[in-house]
Amino acid sequence: MSTDRVHVFGVRHHGPGSARALVRALDELRPDVILVEGPPEADGLVALAADERLEPPVALLAYPTNAAKGEHGRTASFWPFAVFSPEWQALRWAVSHDVPLRFCDLPAGHRFAARDTEPAGPLDGTGPVDPAAAQASPTGTGHDPDGSAEQSPASAGSEAGADAPAVPDDASPDSAEDELRIDPIAGLAQAAGYDDPERWWEDVIEHRRDVPPFAAVAEAMAAVREAAPAITEDLVREAYMRQVLRAALKEGHQRIAVVCGAWHVPALAGDLPPAKADAALLKGLPSTPTTVTWVPWTHGRLASWSGYGAGVTAPGWYHHLFTAEDQPVERWLVGVAGVLREEDLPVSSAHVIESARLADTLAVLRGRPLPGLAEVTEATRAVLCDGDDTRLELVQRKVVVGERLGAVPPDAPAVPLARDLDATARRLKLAQQALVSDHDLDLRKPNDLDRSRLLHRLRLLGVGWGTPVQRKSGKGTFWESWQLQWHPEYAVDLVAASAYGTTVARAATAKVVETSADADLATLTGLLESCLLAQLPDAQPTVLRNLSDRAALDTDVAQLMAAVPALARSLRYGDVRATSTDALAEVLTGLVTRIRLGLPGALTGLDDDAARAIREHLDATHEALNLLADRLPLRAEWLDTLARLVDRADLPGLLAGRLLRLLRDAGTLDADAAELRLARALTVGVPPVTAAGYVEGFLSGGGLLLVHDEALLTLTDRWLSGLAPDVFTAVLPLLRRTFAAFAAPERRAVGEQVRRLGTGGPRPKSDVDELGELDPARVARVLPTLELLLAAGRGAR
Amino acid sequence: MTATIDATPTVLRPHAEQLYAAELEQLAGADDLPRPPGWRMSPQAVVTYLLGDGKDISAKYIGPRRLMEVAVATLATDRALLLLGVPGTAKTWVSEHLAAAISGDSTLLVQGTAGTPEEAMRYGWNYARLLAEGPTAGAVVASPVMRAMRTGTIARIEELTRMPSDVQDTLLTILSEKTLPVPELGEEVQAVKGFNVIATANDRDRGVNELSSALRRRFNTVVLPVPGTVEEEVEIVAQRVASLGRALELPEVPDAITEIRRVVTVFRELREGLTADGRTKLKSPSGTLSTAEAISVMTSGMALASHFGDGTVRAADVAAGIRGAVVRDSVSDAVVWREYLETVARERDGWKDFYRAAREAE
Repeated sequence: MSTDRVHVFGVRHHGPGSARALVRALDELRPDVILVEGPPEADGLVALAADERLEPPVALLAYPTNAAKGEHGRTASFWPFAVFSPEWQALRWAVSHDVPLRFCDLPAGHRFAARDTEPAGPLDGTGPVDPAAAQASPTGTGHDPDGSAEQSPASAGSEAGADAPAVPDDASPDSAEDELRIDPIAGLAQAAGYDDPERWWEDVIEHRRDVPPFAAVAEAMAAVREAAPAITEDLVREAYMRQVLRAALKEGHQRIAVVCGAWHVPALAGDLPPAKADAALLKGLPSTPTTVTWVPWTHGRLASWSGYGAGVTAPGWYHHLFTAEDQPVERWLVGVAGVLREEDLPVSSAHVIESARLADTLAVLRGRPLPGLAEVTEATRAVLCDGDDTRLELVQRKVVVGERLGAVPPDAPAVPLARDLDATARRLKLAQQALVSDHDLDLRKPNDLDRSRLLHRLRLLGVGWGTPVQRKSGKGTFWESWQLQWHPEYAVDLVAASAYGTTVARAATAKVVETSADADLATLTGLLESCLLAQLPDAQPTVLRNLSDRAALDTDVAQLMAAVPALARSLRYGDVRATSTDALAEVLTGLVTRIRLGLPGALTGLDDDAARAIREHLDATHEALNLLADRLPLRAEWLDTLARLVDRADLPGLLAGRLLRLLRDAGTLDADAAELRLARALTVGVPPVTAAGYVEGFLSGGGLLLVHDEALLTLTDRWLSGLAPDVFTAVLPLLRRTFAAFAAPERRAVGEQVRRLGTGGPRPKSDVDELGELDPARVARVLPTLELLLAAGRGAR
Repeated sequence: MTATIDATPTVLRPHAEQLYAAELEQLAGADDLPRPPGWRMSPQAVVTYLLGDGKDISAKYIGPRRLMEVAVATLATDRALLLLGVPGTAKTWVSEHLAAAISGDSTLLVQGTAGTPEEAMRYGWNYARLLAEGPTAGAVVASPVMRAMRTGTIARIEELTRMPSDVQDTLLTILSEKTLPVPELGEEVQAVKGFNVIATANDRDRGVNELSSALRRRFNTVVLPVPGTVEEEVEIVAQRVASLGRALELPEVPDAITEIRRVVTVFRELREGLTADGRTKLKSPSGTLSTAEAISVMTSGMALASHFGDGTVRAADVAAGIRGAVVRDSVSDAVVWREYLETVARERDGWKDFYRAAREAE
């Protein structure tokens, strides 16, 4: 009989109670082989668990050995382990008792192959924690109703059974049956009268230190499975598990321990069905060569708290439950008090006593055998934190999630992304050293260009190896300066980023695509520029599409205008290779149209600061459109809009003045028209402060206009001299701000002109006037040299 | 002293224990769980009384269950309870009902003001008797707190932070030693089991008379939030408006729910500075625009409708009330309100009547 030889332990992934019970059960059973739900490709890595330097939290990372080219979705899968994971305890037990341990889940290679060939195939989404799965939907490759409990935020923590598949946003369950499968524990909890499945599991299993729960879990799960429909992916996985089990039986092992998610217990316990059906089910499954390795992990990444749906909301709490030998609540609260004291918050022992009492009373009130995380948190909030949520947040981050960082021995194989980075860095002669080093890159050289791209890509992946810095001397569009410094924690960042892809370029592309899905307008334009800098042509269409969608919804004209310059730069200077410029131009045209429509409303009711901000946006947009004047027919319409606005009476002086200046410079308004308007603005009817704003708006960015246009100067002069003394004092700061921005020679020239105005003397001869007497042919000879000088001069500035 | 305030139907506002006497009796009768000493019912029953059971017991507090559980558990551990929150988040309401359910008496109340004397917290003297008899037990006038200590019931302190700090600190001995010495008589009043204190304080006024940390640590703090969702808030307003309407004997008003929803929407949007669809940012006025104010806008709207209108609450009946609640500062708030009307109310489908009425009320 196989039943006597096989002992199936249904656990809850990352359940400390399960882990404790499992260790006790293993000690009692003393199995001669252990089968654990996990990728069989990792069998060779089991021995590493004996290495003391392999310190949880760690994760098994599986990735296709030869990632298909051109694919830029996330391909890697993770199986995280914490100290309190039953699977980890099984591993440790096996290596310390010298008992062979095998992983018995469907090989990861099948998963990858299924995903490659058939995005929504039957194998899809069975399995490991694939941080990708829960979040990958935006990348387009993540149609993966990925299954394993470990990762799904949907079934976070409650997967007792769970291999309850996580469901990404786009594949929400549409029937009650699906829901049951996704969260079988919820069904059980409901039957037991609990509204929160998490709490039910904690009460019934995790908080019990006496009875081994496995028999009860198996029975309950059998009842749940009966009601749930069979899912192909489960059947295939369980068929594989049974095959592994049969092999172990055949080898003559007498006490076989199977550690799997509770959901699978009914499929593995009892007499095994004939092997033929299982073999048929598994026959012909596509497979991809897969590599598996250990990587360091963090508690933060285990927790859905920080966005990685590993399915454990409170790893710190679980870790504590598993490691505290007695009085878990009191020890926990003492720990919390310690963290608060470190932050200089007054917490006394009396506080701790009171919070423990409150937690106990709450547990009684709620009819729970022991205070759980909910009770302890309430007590912490009400007593230790004085009801202050900010302090509670600190406790959540530092204690409930915890800041534990795992480690792997240096001889563990590296993740492919890290290898790709190493290879690229070596090729580009960049050393990963902790010392700060400066690099000036000449983007005209292919090697430097590649370096720049690599650093930009790493920044996109959250690995801040290089920081762009201002170059001290010599500036040109083809120069870029970086400061490089390598920190050890970048290794973990790389591991996390390796979920996005196996090479730096592919991972950066996937990351950008994902980020763009819910970024705001300014971020999106930034991303678009990053795509160009980091040369990620594949990400660009998605970013562009998101950008145009977001622009359609955004009603804030200032935000829209903020997006224009980057877009214009991309269009003008960018190397837009794979993307057609048409798409870029189309988005920009749409954006400018929206700005033109929204601008009239956006210019009124502004206070001083807001007006100043809008003025900058106006200038930047205007300049950007000038830049594109020869590419896109947007400038005329833009000027037309400005022209219609310039005479509105309700504009802040600064903006009215600025509009006038822009239009005059563009030639839309001639000198007479501009003069007329300035004259109107500088009359008695206009409050002097508004007028001063008008002058500032009109004159800022260059005073030569005053030097050359005598009429304007006269107007300004007359207005200024006509001001009453106290009014003059009031507007002086504004005027000073305006004139101080002029270059010194400009100021001097304006001053000289004013002196002449006062004396009524003749207009001094300016260089411009003399130009007419020059011989054009002779001048032409000087020009090339002059050009050379000016270009060099610009470079030096 | 309950005898002096009779629960006759002519009373303008009956106490919680009078209004809900039937519910309290039913809960206490059916309650077979252990009761803390001095409690009229078990903590579980108190929570049920506050949150309702969907059948016979009406919900007094609509909001997170865990808050009420923490509050009740706090009182069961004989720690004092401090209810914090912005004005109008049902702090007083909750404290009254807690006292009614636990002690059957919500009247032992000290109102904190800038002028609250120490006598209000400890005891005073009947000067005629003091002069005639000298300091005797008969000449002592017990404060509500002292009476609560003697009878083992709950004392309520409203607006604790409005009191001068020295008066606040008289609570220290009472809360830690559970005793109130009367040195003139050489006696003390030791609290009977069941005594406890529920204090309320206002978040907005923080820093006026901030509690000393010695006092602070004798309280467990529960922060009552503004209602989480529109639905929750509409339910609160609808329920309170209905019961207030009954108490004030206003004629039944049919279908006020549309206007309630509107009032709640306006209040929420202005409070959060964001329209319900999240598309438009708004300026927030200086007032708190609490749920309690929404309730009073609705009740006055109903009074208007029933006495001067045809009995149906219309936009015009609430518009002026809303404006009054929003515009507290006649300059800056008026701008906020006009902006809201022009940018939000005007465009919204089905709000034409409201927009027009609000413009007229300007």
